[in-house]
Amino acid sequence: MTATVGRQAQAAARASDVWKVYGSGEAQVIALRGVSAEFERGRFTAIMGPSGSGKSTLMHCLAGLDSVTRGTVMIGDTTVTGLGDAGLTKLRRDKVGFIFQQFNLLPTLTAQENILLPLSIAGRKPDPAWYDTVIDTVGLRERLGHRPAQLSGGQQQRVACARALVSRPEVIFADEPTGNLDSRSGAEVLNFLRNSVREHGQTIVMVTHDPTAAAYADRVVFLADGQIVSELIEPTADTVLDTMKKLDAPAEVGS
Amino acid sequence: MFRATMKSLLARKLRLLLSGLAVVLGVMFVSGAFVLTDTLGRSFDAVFSDAYSEVDVNVAAKPKVALSEVEGEQVAAPVPASVVDRVKAVPGVTDVRGVVAADGARLIGSNGKVVTSFGPPQLGENWLGESELLKLREGRAPQADDEIVVNVALAEAAKVKVGDRVGVLTLAPKKEFTLVGVFGYSGGRDSVGGVNEVAFTTPVAQQLMLGKPDVFSNVTAQAAGGTTPEALRDEVARALGADYEVKTGKQLADDASASLKEGLSFFNKILLGFAAVALLVGTFLILNTFSIIVAQRTRELALMRAIGASGRQVIGSVVLEAVAVGLIASVLGLAAGIGVGALLAYLFGKLAGGLTLAGLGVPPAAVIGAFAVGLVITVVAALLPALRASRIPPIAAMQDVATPDRPLTKVTVGGSVVTAIGAGLLFLGLGGHAGDNTLATILGGVLFAFIGVALLTPLISRPVVALLGTIFAWSVPGKLGRLNSGRNPRRTAITAAALMVGIALVTGVTVILDSAKGSISALAEDTIKAELVISGAQAGPRPASFDPAVLEKAAAIPGVQLVDGEYGDMATMNGERTWVAASSNVAALERIFGAKANAGDISRLNPDQMLLSSDTAKSRNLSVGSTVTVQLSRGEARTYTVSGIYESSQLTNPVVLPPQAATDFAIPQPIQGFVQLAPGTSVASVQPQVERLLADSPEVSVADRAAFIKQQTSQLDTPLRMIQILLALAIVIAVLGIINTLALSVLERTRELGLLRAIGLRRAQTMRMITVEAVVISIFGALLGVVVGTGLGAAVVRALKDEGITDLVLPWSQMVTFLVLAAIIGVVAAVLPAIRAARINVLGAIAHD
Repeated sequence: MTATVGRQAQAAARASDVWKVYGSGEAQVIALRGVSAEFERGRFTAIMGPSGSGKSTLMHCLAGLDSVTRGTVMIGDTTVTGLGDAGLTKLRRDKVGFIFQQFNLLPTLTAQENILLPLSIAGRKPDPAWYDTVIDTVGLRERLGHRPAQLSGGQQQRVACARALVSRPEVIFADEPTGNLDSRSGAEVLNFLRNSVREHGQTIVMVTHDPTAAAYADRVVFLADGQIVSELIEPTADTVLDTMKKLDAPAEVGS
Repeated sequence: MFRATMKSLLARKLRLLLSGLAVVLGVMFVSGAFVLTDTLGRSFDAVFSDAYSEVDVNVAAKPKVALSEVEGEQVAAPVPASVVDRVKAVPGVTDVRGVVAADGARLIGSNGKVVTSFGPPQLGENWLGESELLKLREGRAPQADDEIVVNVALAEAAKVKVGDRVGVLTLAPKKEFTLVGVFGYSGGRDSVGGVNEVAFTTPVAQQLMLGKPDVFSNVTAQAAGGTTPEALRDEVARALGADYEVKTGKQLADDASASLKEGLSFFNKILLGFAAVALLVGTFLILNTFSIIVAQRTRELALMRAIGASGRQVIGSVVLEAVAVGLIASVLGLAAGIGVGALLAYLFGKLAGGLTLAGLGVPPAAVIGAFAVGLVITVVAALLPALRASRIPPIAAMQDVATPDRPLTKVTVGGSVVTAIGAGLLFLGLGGHAGDNTLATILGGVLFAFIGVALLTPLISRPVVALLGTIFAWSVPGKLGRLNSGRNPRRTAITAAALMVGIALVTGVTVILDSAKGSISALAEDTIKAELVISGAQAGPRPASFDPAVLEKAAAIPGVQLVDGEYGDMATMNGERTWVAASSNVAALERIFGAKANAGDISRLNPDQMLLSSDTAKSRNLSVGSTVTVQLSRGEARTYTVSGIYESSQLTNPVVLPPQAATDFAIPQPIQGFVQLAPGTSVASVQPQVERLLADSPEVSVADRAAFIKQQTSQLDTPLRMIQILLALAIVIAVLGIINTLALSVLERTRELGLLRAIGLRRAQTMRMITVEAVVISIFGALLGVVVGTGLGAAVVRALKDEGITDLVLPWSQMVTFLVLAAIIGVVAAVLPAIRAARINVLGAIAHD
């Protein structure tokens, strides 16, 4: 099945007939089976699915972190498939931001230094107005001089979000951003992500298995067995949960 | 990026300090060597320019046999007394003096022993009166033929005072003199550059130091007002003709100082050699540290890549870290090197008998060398880990990627190739196929062999570590420790390889020297047929010698069958330099040394005949009946006819001259004596009688054959000890490496250690586990070192077969000692990491991210 929503806006990221096969022979695992999807600019999309459905693999392929076996991936007007290391590096620098489940902050740098790290790696100066906006949105102005160890989990993840936002990438990929957080901190982070989409037109693709988290998105794409099986527009936690339940049954039969 | 690198560096101060320490030690040796030679060099410059400050022009004869510093003492040809008058006739000169000053005046101290010197000459001179430079401190000038004065330092060393009767050994056997005065130098100095001086009246000095009356060592003159030394030099040279070397005082000072510096540069090279070993071991250590750091930072580096860092930036950040470590280590090493250089210079000055040190000098070479070596080594060692870091995929930031155990094929193939190159170079070098580059080829071969074996170590480590580990596998902690040491073969291997280098070098050197000792003593046991041997330990450049009259007296002792005194000298034979010997009793060649005649008669020698060894005859293309011109250290060149050729062996000299020739040797006294007893004569009855004959020859003693052989071979013990002590440094660095690896491993396994503790592993058991790991690694390293060292040693011994090292002697007890030592090293290295592991907070470790 192919997701066809959002043709009206230009896609920030697009997968066309993407296959991903690991190993060979008997050990062969097909993680993605011909996935085609578009992720529109200025929207917050969640990718959901049970464990082993291929949702993380899809995100890694979209972000150019993993190569695809067949098919093409585009970010903006850049074809990711076939890019060399230099091209991928440039892509990550200019077009892609990441938010990880384990925050992945450098323990030796302060919050501010962590936030500015992508810009300093690329050798760019931050846009002061945008930087101020980001800092105020994440609400960390008081804590900029602190190190990650001195921050709570929610605060650390907000630093990670600010780090992804500050370079204004084409698209931010978030990998279970609330997986390591309690529900209150999780809600803060999700609110903040949703706001950055609504107020600043940021594009976010988030992988999650939490229906509540998915409910913050504008659209949810469901994966099972390496294929897109369903999608919801303007989801709520309940509709997401229902779809998940429907998906679980055939998936179990299949396995 | 720069800031992130620096911050991460600061966060890991301790581990980088440990790896940096190896560089510090290497750099310390490099800069220390330069500081030492510079300081000593300038000190000697000052000494010589001072010593020659009262000489404007010096006249000397060309030496009969020109020798370099390492070949022995060069004997200056004497200048006839008439030259003094000829120089006086040159216009523009004043204060012309005939000077006697020759090495070899050995004062016998109040304890009956000869005062020895470790390098500076022991000059016998004629007393020329006081000057600006030289003043009598006590007593008066020598006036009678049995009166002498000495310099203060010598009087103190000999513990003699004005008025004492003292014995002096010169070209002549011991003579007694009355010490009538002691003298010192301006500025309160007791000697010039540690030189010992005995001043006689002029005729006595001429006879005893130069061997004949009315000659001088050299003639000095001052330029009268208005004449420059250079102008006067040219004037004097013109007056004397080409037979004499005329130089200004400044030239003399420069020459003397240059030849001394040649000796110092040898010293410099030895220190640099040890620096190279320390740095090689240090390279392994740094490589390992950076590899572990990169492994631990996988996630961090992957994150950098994920947020846009290029592979090159990641390499840059690791290399930048290496540059910082290298810089800090170089600065510390340079500071330590200046300290060590100063300390060694001070000790050298003391040893050389009070050399006044010029100010401590830090030559540019020391600074440049320190930074070049420190930086380059660190960066080169970090390059491989940096490359590996750049290959970390950004996706590693998202997953718990278990670093897959990469196959060892590549490393093994590389290791085999490098080892083969090393073996090839060694074969070329040792086989004598490398010509002038033999030493460089051999050193390159050793270096390649080490690196090659280090690359092969991961492969070897699996079975060997498993085997070693089973020894400790009787307890749970032992088993865990064993498994841990086998779990990262590369890391274990590099840590062990660092230890291997030091132990392999020590083992190799020991094998070579032990084999040399074994071969020499076996040969001596088999061939020397003398029950008693007269000889003395050589202190300084001059061999010990004794009164030739002893030989005749010993021959008269009842029961003595044959006595032979051996003389030796460097001579030129048909224009080429060679070592020549003279034997007081030529018959000894066959009857004591078991020489076999190849041609002619080797049992007798007329005063105009000579014997050659078969090797010499072959290389010089000479045969019985050939005539050969020989120039000895003294006297005129003489022509000899070859009357016999004997088979070469390790114990025979290349050339044997008749005993009459010995009077023209640099040391016209025997340096060894061999006494053969009639069958049935008791050694114990003859030995004390010979001993009494040697009462006036305190430099030598008489020993039975076994003691003599032992004494001869024990000369090799001193260099062996020195090398072992210096190489111990390489082993110390390797221990740092083990500590470092373990500390990092403990840090890496915090969660795992916490888990083990949580399920009931006691503190003591945790510590035992770490200790077993350390012991397994270090014994593995020592085992490798012993094997590689034995291989290298055996290869060298084989190559030296033709030089007479025929027996391969393996130092078994030493090897066992190394293994035991390695076990102890392991235990010691484990102490800190083990304590750290035992202190891990269980809860915190499990919750550890």
